[in-house]
Amino acid sequence: MSLFLLFFTAAVVNNFVLVYFLGICSFVGVSKRIGPAFSMGLAVMFVLTITAATGYMIYHHVLVPLHLEYLEYVSFILVIASLVQFVEMFIRKTSKPLYDSLGIFLPLITTNCAILGLALFIVIRDYDFVESIVFSFGTGAGFMLALVLMAGIREELDLAPVPKPLRGIGIAMIVASALSMAFMGFAGVSFGG
Amino acid sequence: MKNSSTIGGEFAKGIWRENPVMVSMLGLCPTLAVTNSAINALFMGGATFGVLVASSFMISLIRNVVPKQVRIAVFILIIATFVSLVDRFFLAWFPEISKALGPYIPLIIVNCIILGRAESFASRNGPFRSLLDAAGMGVGALLVLLVMGMIRELLGTGNLFNVPLTGGMITPWIVMILPPGAFLTLGGLIFLGKWFEEGKSR
Repeated sequence: MSLFLLFFTAAVVNNFVLVYFLGICSFVGVSKRIGPAFSMGLAVMFVLTITAATGYMIYHHVLVPLHLEYLEYVSFILVIASLVQFVEMFIRKTSKPLYDSLGIFLPLITTNCAILGLALFIVIRDYDFVESIVFSFGTGAGFMLALVLMAGIREELDLAPVPKPLRGIGIAMIVASALSMAFMGFAGVSFGG
Repeated sequence: MKNSSTIGGEFAKGIWRENPVMVSMLGLCPTLAVTNSAINALFMGGATFGVLVASSFMISLIRNVVPKQVRIAVFILIIATFVSLVDRFFLAWFPEISKALGPYIPLIIVNCIILGRAESFASRNGPFRSLLDAAGMGVGALLVLLVMGMIRELLGTGNLFNVPLTGGMITPWIVMILPPGAFLTLGGLIFLGKWFEEGKSR
């Protein structure tokens, strides 16, 4: 039960994008159409989960026993960079159109703060292995949810008469603000422990 | 990068015309996350500035030695090293700030401004120019962060740098220091910036 709560909290109550502001770059960049937004969400979810598992192993079974905790950041970023390289090759081999539509944002998953943020949160909050996996899964689901919601709204926004200086990124920020406010409705939800 | 051949121009372009946050939309995570008070914003901006200048300089020095295929990995490693230094420094000298900023300090590693400048400028230009470019971009980012932090703190709590300013004359608008306020403030700033630019070109 508590694992389910962990999942739900990570996905909705403390949504990474709308509450912690992690992964904003791809949130703004890939949320113009629902299709690519969905695939991007899947790619990020995959990288998140593997990063959580690998990061946990490296931190607790290599760095802590050797007293090398200060190498935390450097080793996490190395893991993430090589993982993203792998995902990129995989997507290019399996689906060329998807590869083209994600474009520059695919290698930029490396610098997606959500991924490094997740690895850091796992260390800070001292999750065990199963909790880490569930947490990363919830975070990925939350990221995808925010991305797809945003893409849906922005598809409709194309038809709306937005004042010229606000077009593009400006209105996206205002919409994100409203979305974030909606997600804050969950903030008061308590799960009794 | 037209018109930036002079040394002053190299520095100045980052502040307004090519401002990394407002124009290129880079490094939005810290811009939104830690600007809930002016002090946090100032320290975050300072940390970003330091890492940006140091890593740009370093990358520019080694730009001819690093093979093209592994350059991104090398850049990220250099950046991560400097961020670790800053993190330890804050932990030792400003433990309170370090606690308030939490994971956002290590997240400077993945701040797109730094990698972006490394890739598009420092890896192609000499150390002196890269230093100026990085300093300009750093100041540009710092200014945006500071303005955001000041607006949000003033509207959200009525204080500025923890000094009570409005004296209870206005009701603090709590939502401004919460996540929605961050998006709203940035949206508003972008609107003002574009509106101003448009008025100038008309």
